Amino acid sequence: MKPRNWLMAALVAARTVRRPHHESADGRERIVARSEPDPGAEALVALLLVLTALAAALFVVAYGLDWSTQALGGALGGALALLAAALIVTAKRLMPDEEIPELYPDEEHPEEQEKVDQIVRESGSGLTRKRLLGTTAGIAGTALGAALLTPALSLGPFADTSRLNETPWRRGTRLVDRDGKPWSADDIDDGAFYTAFPEGADPDAIASPLVMIKLAAPDIHLPPERAGWAPEGILAYSKICTHAGCAIALYRNPLFQPVEPSHALVCPCHYSTFDAGAAGNVLFGPAGRPLPQLPLMIDGSRDLRAAGNLSGPVGPAWWGVRSRPTSS
Amino acid sequence: MRIRALLGALLAALTLAPGAAAAPRPIVRPADEASKSGVELGSELYAGNCATCHGIAGVGTPIGPRLRGVGALAPDFYLSTGYMPLGSAHEQPIRVRVLLDKRERDAITAYVASLGKGPAVPTPDPASGDVAEGRELFTEHCAGCHQVVAEGGIMPGAKAPPLNRATPVQIAEAVRIGPYVMPDFSKKDITDAQLNSIIAYVRYAQDPYDAGGWGISHLGPFSEGMVTWLLAVVVLVATCVLLGKRMRAS
Repeated sequence: MKPRNWLMAALVAARTVRRPHHESADGRERIVARSEPDPGAEALVALLLVLTALAAALFVVAYGLDWSTQALGGALGGALALLAAALIVTAKRLMPDEEIPELYPDEEHPEEQEKVDQIVRESGSGLTRKRLLGTTAGIAGTALGAALLTPALSLGPFADTSRLNETPWRRGTRLVDRDGKPWSADDIDDGAFYTAFPEGADPDAIASPLVMIKLAAPDIHLPPERAGWAPEGILAYSKICTHAGCAIALYRNPLFQPVEPSHALVCPCHYSTFDAGAAGNVLFGPAGRPLPQLPLMIDGSRDLRAAGNLSGPVGPAWWGVRSRPTSS
Repeated sequence: MRIRALLGALLAALTLAPGAAAAPRPIVRPADEASKSGVELGSELYAGNCATCHGIAGVGTPIGPRLRGVGALAPDFYLSTGYMPLGSAHEQPIRVRVLLDKRERDAITAYVASLGKGPAVPTPDPASGDVAEGRELFTEHCAGCHQVVAEGGIMPGAKAPPLNRATPVQIAEAVRIGPYVMPDFSKKDITDAQLNSIIAYVRYAQDPYDAGGWGISHLGPFSEGMVTWLLAVVVLVATCVLLGKRMRAS
């Protein structure tokens, strides 16, 4: 059948199934005023419900045929919108609509209110040592508050921060990659950057990961006391940003130094920028202190080893970090 | 009045801002260009358009790097992306309209390659790469700056370009060159096979499957859902307000 015939059939069906209006079945007087029958609105609601069914069926078909997400959403959304339209037409045109105001009732027992006030007042007259009870209640409250705050001590070292200065790096510790394979000095190319860990130590410890780069001699400007920390131009810094502890994941490596920004290690979280050639000093961003550097040496089999400990405390700043002398 | 003046200033700033970048210089072409080809044409185009910064026969100057020994790889990359010729030597090269045609680019590339021994234009084969492995490698080596679906990002003092228009050859070239402040990766750092996987992933990321239909920087269906909900909440609240106003009015 053609769609128009379907439409006619639906309209006819809506007309025939309409129930005749008559008084309430048991002959009692009506409460709701009789409303005028509206066959047009009824037919419209029926049509909208049929369309809802069709749209819902379309969703099932679309799901079965693996159509696009948009078709699925459109079909289901359309079905819900049509259903909403049917309900709106029903409410607006088929439901009786009248406004009946009702006043709030008067307050029932005004004298009871005063009585309750009096009871509350007189109930306290048995307390003769109010100060004692108040003080002890205060003490109990304070102690309970302190008890609840105590677990906060587990959030980190409170009085003694020396543990934060511990690192797994010792003179002679070999640098290994993620899989535990030792880094050879020959693996390190200039222009790229590498991540290293201490051999045999917990790679997840905050002082473990290092970022390694190789620079040409003219690009290295280490202070005199760090002479020899960068054999063959290979430099190693802590990979943990000294601002908020993110991993240093960006390396700014100019192709042609004279007209481009200088070599820098950059933290992607807040763009703290550390001078890669000059002891990790802060060039830009929120970090408050340089990236700790690890002195390196190359052993007889060309493997990279630590020549000492990191130049300073690793990781994000905490109280007292500036007052602590850098350990080496 | 003051607000209008402020808006005017803002509008002026917005429309004038692009003009702040140095305009690319017009290309200088030999008068008898059609009759020349190859290295000969390349040398003349080089002299007219490149030598100011890169020096005569690629010896380099204080504002432009030496080109002897860069091979065909670097000139092919910089010319096919429109990075060169650059308006000002102190700017970061960005992808712009390519002003030299293919014949001219090939001629300059051949000329620069003839100045010294260097790498040839790579011939990557992304079809042999593995998209999943490429994603791992891209996340490790590239995503820090270029963002995980290669949308591009920033770096203090430079921009990491989006890779939406990069061709496989250009990606392979950029990884080996490390243009501007990008790190460069040797075949020891990223093998050719790994590079094929990375290119396969970047090609995927250029047109990823967006389940929700509305990419929003390809951040994934969760972000799309959140945005949809935020928009829907606004529409719902607006509908409620309208209904309430009408009810109060009647």
